[in-house]
Order: sequence, then C-alpha cells, then structure tokens
Amino acid sequence: MKEQLEKIKSEALSRMEAAGSLDSLNEIRVAYLGKKGELTSVLKGMKDVAPEDRPKVGQMVNEVRELLESKLEETKAALMKKAREEQMEKEVIDVTLPAKKIRMGHSHPNSIALSELERIFVGMGYEVVEGPEVEYDLYNFEKLNIPKGHPARDEQDTFYINDRILLRSQTSPVQVRVMETKKPPIRIIAPGRVFRSDAVDATHSPSFHQIEGLVIDRNITFADLKGTLQEFAKELFGPETKVKFRPHHFPFTEPSAEVDVSCFKCGGKGCRFCKGSGWIEILGCGMVHPRVLEMCDIDPEEYSGFAFGIGLERIALLKYEIDDMRLLYENDIRFLKQF
Amino acid sequence: MNTALSWIKAYVPDLDVTAQEYTDAMTLTGTKVEGYERLDKNLEKIVVGQIKSIERHPDADKLIVCQVDVGTETLQIVTGAPNVKVGDKVPVVLDGGKVAGGHDGGPLPEDGISIKKGKLRGVESCGMMCSIEELGSSRDMYPDAPESGIYILPEDAQVGADAVEVLGLHDVVFEYEITSNRVDCYSVIGIAREAAATFRKPFVPPVIKETGNNEDIHDLLKVRVENPELCPRYCARMVKNIKLAPSPQWMQRRLAASGIRPINNIVDITNYIMEEYGQPMHAFDYDLLAGHEIVVKCAQDGDEFQTLDGQIRKLDHNVLMINDGEKEVGIAGIMGGENSKITDDVKTMVFECACFDGTNIRLSAKRVGLRTDASGKYEKGLDPNTAMEAVNRACQLIEELGAGEVVGGVIDICAGLKEPKRIPFQPDRINQLLGTDISKETMLSYFAPLEIGYDSEREELIAPTWRQDLERGADIAEEVARFYGYDKIPTTLPTGEATTGKLSYKLRIEEKAREIAEFCGFSQAMTYSFESPKVFDRLLIPEDSKLRQTVVISNPLGEDFSVMRTLPLNGMLTSLSTNYNRRNKDVRLYELANIYLPKSLPLTELPEERMQWVLGMYGEGDFFTMKGVIEEFFEAVGMKGRVHYDPQCDHPYLHPGRKADIIYDGVTVGYLGEIHPDVADQYKIGEKVYIGVIDMPAMIPLTTFDRKYTGLAKFPAVSRDLSMVVPKEILAGQIEDMIVQRSGKILESCQLFDIYEGSQIAEGYKSMAYSITFRAQDHTLEEKEITSVMNKILNGLKGMGIELRA
Repeated sequence: MKEQLEKIKSEALSRMEAAGSLDSLNEIRVAYLGKKGELTSVLKGMKDVAPEDRPKVGQMVNEVRELLESKLEETKAALMKKAREEQMEKEVIDVTLPAKKIRMGHSHPNSIALSELERIFVGMGYEVVEGPEVEYDLYNFEKLNIPKGHPARDEQDTFYINDRILLRSQTSPVQVRVMETKKPPIRIIAPGRVFRSDAVDATHSPSFHQIEGLVIDRNITFADLKGTLQEFAKELFGPETKVKFRPHHFPFTEPSAEVDVSCFKCGGKGCRFCKGSGWIEILGCGMVHPRVLEMCDIDPEEYSGFAFGIGLERIALLKYEIDDMRLLYENDIRFLKQF
Repeated sequence: MNTALSWIKAYVPDLDVTAQEYTDAMTLTGTKVEGYERLDKNLEKIVVGQIKSIERHPDADKLIVCQVDVGTETLQIVTGAPNVKVGDKVPVVLDGGKVAGGHDGGPLPEDGISIKKGKLRGVESCGMMCSIEELGSSRDMYPDAPESGIYILPEDAQVGADAVEVLGLHDVVFEYEITSNRVDCYSVIGIAREAAATFRKPFVPPVIKETGNNEDIHDLLKVRVENPELCPRYCARMVKNIKLAPSPQWMQRRLAASGIRPINNIVDITNYIMEEYGQPMHAFDYDLLAGHEIVVKCAQDGDEFQTLDGQIRKLDHNVLMINDGEKEVGIAGIMGGENSKITDDVKTMVFECACFDGTNIRLSAKRVGLRTDASGKYEKGLDPNTAMEAVNRACQLIEELGAGEVVGGVIDICAGLKEPKRIPFQPDRINQLLGTDISKETMLSYFAPLEIGYDSEREELIAPTWRQDLERGADIAEEVARFYGYDKIPTTLPTGEATTGKLSYKLRIEEKAREIAEFCGFSQAMTYSFESPKVFDRLLIPEDSKLRQTVVISNPLGEDFSVMRTLPLNGMLTSLSTNYNRRNKDVRLYELANIYLPKSLPLTELPEERMQWVLGMYGEGDFFTMKGVIEEFFEAVGMKGRVHYDPQCDHPYLHPGRKADIIYDGVTVGYLGEIHPDVADQYKIGEKVYIGVIDMPAMIPLTTFDRKYTGLAKFPAVSRDLSMVVPKEILAGQIEDMIVQRSGKILESCQLFDIYEGSQIAEGYKSMAYSITFRAQDHTLEEKEITSVMNKILNGLKGMGIELRA
C-alpha cells in the first residue's frame, strides 16, 4: 500500500511538473484526485486494510492528497501567470499609432479673448450687458457729447440708415443706455459688434468688436481708473506688465487717456512687434464727461465715473500674433483650429 | 503735423533735449509725438570744401579731377558732375565718412553709404563732392540745387566748416498726432507753447512790429461780408511793389521740414504763417480784383468755378465764396481761383487772413470734392482772434524779406471777437476727481505757461481764446493731470458699495450653445452683419417674402455690404464655401449673431435684433447628426421634454424632403435640414450641406438652469419589443407620439432599433422595430399593468394602419 502511494505521488508530481497547460493539469487532477482517480481508489481499498492499520494508512493517504493538492494549486498559479504573460505579449501595441480623438470644435479667437476679458471684469464685480447694434444717432453721438457737426463724427466713418438711425460706430452708446435706466453704483462692461466704413484690408474691417466699460459711483477718481486698468492689464498680459497712461482726447471723457502696456514679446526693451518703442497701445479711457452725466440725469456734483473702450480684435491679434485681420472673418477651419 | 525741432527752439530758446527725451516728455503732456526723423542721419565727416583747380581726367572723357581745399588740407577728388567750377564751395565727404543716399535720389539705405579713398580710372580720389540727393534731401526741399550735379553752397560758407550745419540739416523733424480738441496745436506756436510748459522753459513767441507805409488800405480796397455767421472775421492787408524772389534759406528749411515745398517769397510767407499760427492765408492779385472790392457771400446753385489748380468745381448755395466786384475769385477757406491768382507779373496784392465757420468749410470741402491744407485747418474751427496777429506777422515778414512795400492800415470786418472763458477754480474738486493731493499753488504753476489766467478775487481761471477745449472744471482737471503727470497719479481701486459681477441670462445660454457646439465638433465662425440684397435670390427666397424687407445702409461700402441680414445663412454658407474651395474636409462651423428685422419701413424705430445660433456642416455626418447636436443643447439648457420636428415647413433654401421646423412645447424655436442642392450649387459646395438654426429669443423662455434630482430607479424595468409593418408615409415621430400618449407615466423609453425597406416588405411599406421600456417609480410592475398598456399601444397601431410582423 505504501509503495503504491509513493508511486502515485511520484508519478503525479512528475506529471504535474511536465504539465504545459491548464487543461492537462486538470486531466492530472481528475486522474489522481477525481472521483475515479487513483488516490480515490486507494481510499476505496481501505476496506481491505486491517482495522488497526487504517488510521495510519488514512493519514498517509491524506498527506499525499494534501501534497498533491498544494502542488496542483502551485502549478496552476504558475501556468496562469505564464498564460497571462503570453496573452499580454500578444497584445503589445504600437503606442505611436495615431490617436482616436473626439473631434472638438474651437472657439473663435475673438471669443477666447472676450471670455478672458469677461472673466477678469466679472471677477471685479462688473455686470456684462448688451445694447443694440442698429442704434439711434442720439445714443451713438448726441448724448456722448458729439453733437451734429462735431469733427469726431468724421473721424469715425459711420454707416447711416437714415438721419436718426445708424449702425453703432462704438459700444459707448451702451453707457448712455445703462446710465438712463440704472441708478449708481454702476459697474458694467458692454461687449459687442461695431461698424465703421473702412474698406477691408490687413488692419481694417468694416465690422469689428469693442468692449466698453463703465463705473459710476460717488468718489470715483482717475486714480481708480488707473488702478482698475492696471489690474486688468496684469491679468491679461501677465504680472510683469507695466502700464502707461498718456493724455488723449475723447469727446465723452475728461480727462481722457490712451493706455499702453509694456510689450509682452520683448518685455519693454523694444522689438519689431512693438516697433521698437517697448510699448503697445491697447485702449482708450477717461473720466466720464460731466456733460454726459448731465444728459443722463446723473448729477456730476454727486457722482463721478470712468469709462474705457477696448478693441477686441486688437487684443486678439496681439495675443495670438495674427498678422491679418481678414483671417478673423474668413472662417477657414485651418485657422480656427489653432485656437 | 510735422515740424523741425529748430523751429520750436526758435520760440523756446532754452530747450536743450535729445530727440527721444522730447518725444517722451511731449507725449506724456498730451502732444503725442508719433515719430521723428533726423535730417543728418548717416551724414558723417562732411565739410565745406572750395574747388581750387579742375583738370580733365587723363583716361575718361566724362570725369574731371579737382583739387579741393577742405581747410586742413587740399584733397584730390575725381567727379563726373558737370556743374562745378573753380571757386565753388561744395559739401565734401572725407575718406571714412558717410552719405545718406545715392545720386539718383532713390530710397535711402538704412545704414547710408560709406565713402573711402580709391582710384577712379587710375586716378586717386580722396573723398566725394555731394549732390543734394546724396545728402538725403531733394530738389523739392532745396530748389536751388542743380538738376543733376553737386550742390553749390553759399559763397559765405567757411571752408572746412561742417557742411551739414551750413545746410541746416542738423535738425530733427517730429511728427505729431494732434487731437481734434487742440486746434491751437496745429501750429508751431501752439506746440512751442506746450513744449515750453512741458520743459518749464521760457516761451518767446515772435514779436510783431508795426508795419506799413503812410497810405491807408481803406482808400484802395472795399471788403463786405454778407454771411457773417459763416465768416466771423475777415482781415485784409495790401502789399505793393512786390519783388518776387526765392525766400531765404532759413524759411525754406523750416517749410521743407514741415513737408511744404518752397516756391517764392510771397507763397512761402503765406505757408509759413499757416504753419506758424495755424492760420491759413490767401493772396489775391489786386489788379485782377474787379472794382477793387472783396465780397464774402455764398455761391448760387449751379455755379461753376475754376480753382487755381485748373479744375472746374460745381458749387451750390451752401458754399461760401470770395467775390470781387463782379465775379467769384475764390472758394472761401478751400482754394483761390485761377482768375485772381498771383503770377510772376504781380505788382500789388491783397493778403486775406480770415476766420470761416469750421463745419461749413468741412461740408463745402466734401461738396466741392477738394480738401486742402487750408480747409483742413479751418474745419477744426479757428480762433477769430488769431487772424489779426497772423496778417500783421505776414506783413512783417514781407518787410523783413524785402518782398514788397506794405500798405498802411488793415481792413478788419469782425462779427465779434471771442471773449476769454472764465471757469471757477476749485482745487479740491480737481483733487477729488483725480484722486490726488496737489496744492493750489502747484496747480497755478501749471497754468501760467499755458497762459491760463487767474482771478484770485473771484477764484476764477481765465482760459485764453485759442483754448476752446477749456470749458469747465473737468477740462481744468485734465490740464492739472497732464502737467502733474498721469504717471504720478496714484493707482487705487474703486471703493464703495459692492456690485455683483455676472453675465446676463441670455449670455449664459449663448455660452452653453458655444460649449455644446464645440463639444460636437463645430468651430466658431464670425461673419458680417451686412450683405448683398442678391443673397435672397441665391437662397431662393420668393420675391414677395417678408425676409426681403431689410434695413438698408444709406452709405454702404458697396452693394455687397448694403443690407442688414434678415437670415443668418449667407455668412455660414459663404464660410463653408471658402473651406470647400480650399479643400478642407469635414468642416463644421457655428455662429452666434443677430439678424435685423425692421418693424416698419422706412425705418422709424430700431429694428428687432434676434440672436441666431447657426450650425452648418459638410462632410462626415448627416441630418440626424445635426439633430443630435440640437437635442444635446436642449438637454443642456434644461429642455428635457420631447422635441417635435415638422417637415411641413417653409424654408425654400432647404431640400424639400429633408427639412423640419423644430418645435418645443408648441413653440417653433428653429429649423434644420439639408441645404437645397440648387443653393449648394450657388455657393459652389459640392457636398451635402446640413444646417441648423435656433432662434434664441424664441427658445430662451423655455430654458432653465434649475435641476431637481429624481431618485434612481429602485424597481425593475420591463421591456417589450414591437416589430411592425408601417405604411411609408407614417413618420416615426407619429408612432412615438402615440406610444408616449398611450403609455402614461410608466413609459421609461421608446427606442427605434431597426428600420428597413426593400425585399420581403411590400411596396409602400417599411418595417420598423421598437423596444419599449416600462418602469414604475414606486412598485414592481405587474404583468396585467403591462398588458393593459401594450393593448392600448397595439390598438393605437391598428388605428394607424400598422400591422405587427409575425
């Protein structure tokens, strides 16, 4: 009996050793440990063993079974590991093959610049409002201190529908509309399309976008205007940006200024981008003219405010280094995809 | 406006700054310098030489060999110039020096041209004698220069001296951008006053001396102004015994630097005054003025007039004219007439120095189609007070230059001089507006050089009449700010009541539309709001359609940009066409932009502006792709109900069998479809084009950003599949409507999973298969509930003539 068990053990072990697959291992398990397996039949033969020897033989059989079972598990684990490795080997891919992209669309560069500006000003407590693109002369000019015959009307070649109605040449009329309907404190920005009769070329378009800003409250100062636009410029062009205010003239602000920022390409040293000056002009601004406040029924003795106007295309062209304005209105997908 | 620094220095003698310092400081006080040009750029080692002898070149017929005394030595210089003779003083560039350009007067090289000792046809040449072009200038500016050849310097030039100095080329010409409110700065005197104030140096304007003989102009000339509202002041003086000659070098140099070509002493003086005072002048030949009379009055409609450039101009009753006793002799403020212009034979002339209404001159210049330097000055609105000073200055120059004999007296027809404006001086208010703390005394120190007076008793400032921009406190605040320095004003942020920053609801919905479009592969386009009226034909819009009633621009850039769009499609199709033409594949674009619908025509009130979300694509994808994008958007803005699509809709630009209105909650919110192949042909797009348009104002009331959680299903769902044979004309939407309507609350979804037409299905029918899922929120559905609903559905199908497939 003992020899028989030893034989079974060594045979089974060597077969397991040689097993090349999980299937053949399973055959081995059935052959030795299955219901009709060799070890099982040894147990069945226990009835022929003398009763006093049975515990000893039983123990021997169990020992062999445990040994075989543990060896079986071990072999199985090894075979499974091997099989997984083989599978993975087969599954090696060329990771440099092209990606399967979800084809997302792209925002227009104007839109990206506008969102950026809106984010900055909304963060400072400004409400974003809109006004009509076809506008009354009254709002586009008269109430902005640009009466009939004023030379500023010629500077902005305006598209007229009739004597009273025109395509707005600036977003400034929104200032008037807001001041007429809202009580201070007012903090708004008004982005939108504006129109001027400029023929299309690399730097001109008859239709472009501006963003108007307006703050009206008690005790608003020119220093506040400077601080606000300095914050804005640093947010938009980076914390190192320097800002320069130069006196200028707009009929609806007094004092008025033009604002330059230090060239963000060369940091102000002077390069081709800033035409060697180190500065780039980005916007016009000023303290709201008391006459404009009066025309909107706001008492200039009690309230003051500032306004600014930014050309959106100018910002977009500068930020993204686009050299031809026509690209913005052609909508060639190869252009749009770059933003 | 361009002016030489030397001219400014004539009135601010202590000014001693570099060109860059001048540029920066003037710009910061509000006289913006756009740029500057050094007249002595690349002119190095150029001295006055005198030709001692000239010999022929032994080997070249066209060359001569000169011995030139340059002070320190005598140089041998070979030249091909034909015009030099012994004794001439000439500019000589020495070995190792530089000139600005070539003798041909072409564009100047950036780094100039270096001159070195060398041999010309075997003869040594130790430098070069220079033409005016080589010195970087031209005969326009130096009319005494020979047409070709060496520039001959004046006889009194000192041999060995700096020739660039002698030529007056050690100068810088600044280009200014003057703002329209500062009319006074369109003059050398105005800019010089600003420069003096900027650099805190004394301002020394020209001192005008009394001029004229003992005759009285009133005995010789009559002046009458019939339209004083258009001519507030008319000053006239006379000069007789005129001696026409070139004006002196200094005057020529100053005019040349300002971009004005010197002509003769009389013309140059009028131009000089225009630059110096910003006051245009005109000179008439006295002997050509009929009746020795000047009448200022408007033209008659239909008049024609020949201006001194020889052109015939058509006039109307708005155009102010200068007449003599019989006829028109000049268009006021714009240009004089051929019939009275100064010629070489002139003996006696009348100087006109007037002030005309700026707006009228501007409009007249447009009407007549002639904008001149003079009209450019007038249209800004001149100070009538300047006219007298300017005409007297002109006469002073006549005497100084010996150009004629000035007649005594001046005719001055003046409708009233301008009074200086008084403005309350409130230093506290100024500081309050600027956010500064500047003392009253400091402020006053800024005003004095600007000649703004101060009445300490009444606490008032007195603005000089040429400063028509100074009207009230805010204007004074700007004067303080610019001389205190914009850069020194502190930077603070507004204080006071906090405000909430936000986007309007409309803008938030638009932002969502952009987000969804881009997620679905559409890129943002921007197109013009105005287009050609021909667009309607291209889009197959019927003649009588309301869409053809447009807002029309009265002064468009051309017909192609003349009407405000009433449909958003042309821009989109044009952009798709551009892409198709450039062979870009699978293009998807969207735009958010307004259409403009007039409420009535002709326009009396503003048109309705309706924001449209337009999607367009060709290439990959079809009608249902577009439909999917729209439904994604609806879901994103809280429109979770069923969307209806009605193929019985208008839209002639769409394929008749592939179009639908989009209806939500009974409201038509847009449309989608395939572009009609005829329209696609018009736009030269050779692929199927799909578009979707959402009318945002119609849709926005249906949207919401509110979201409420409804618990995740706890009870199991039951599905039933229905396979059916459907008459072809019945739409899937009709079947789904019926299923939705008959299932009640327990319907979870109803999904078409198969549709088929062809063999095995009878002609005129299609096979469709739906998977319908039911679920209750509060219990497990029982078989009988499902059976009851399914029976209703089956009855419904029967009613529609639909049979189940075996």
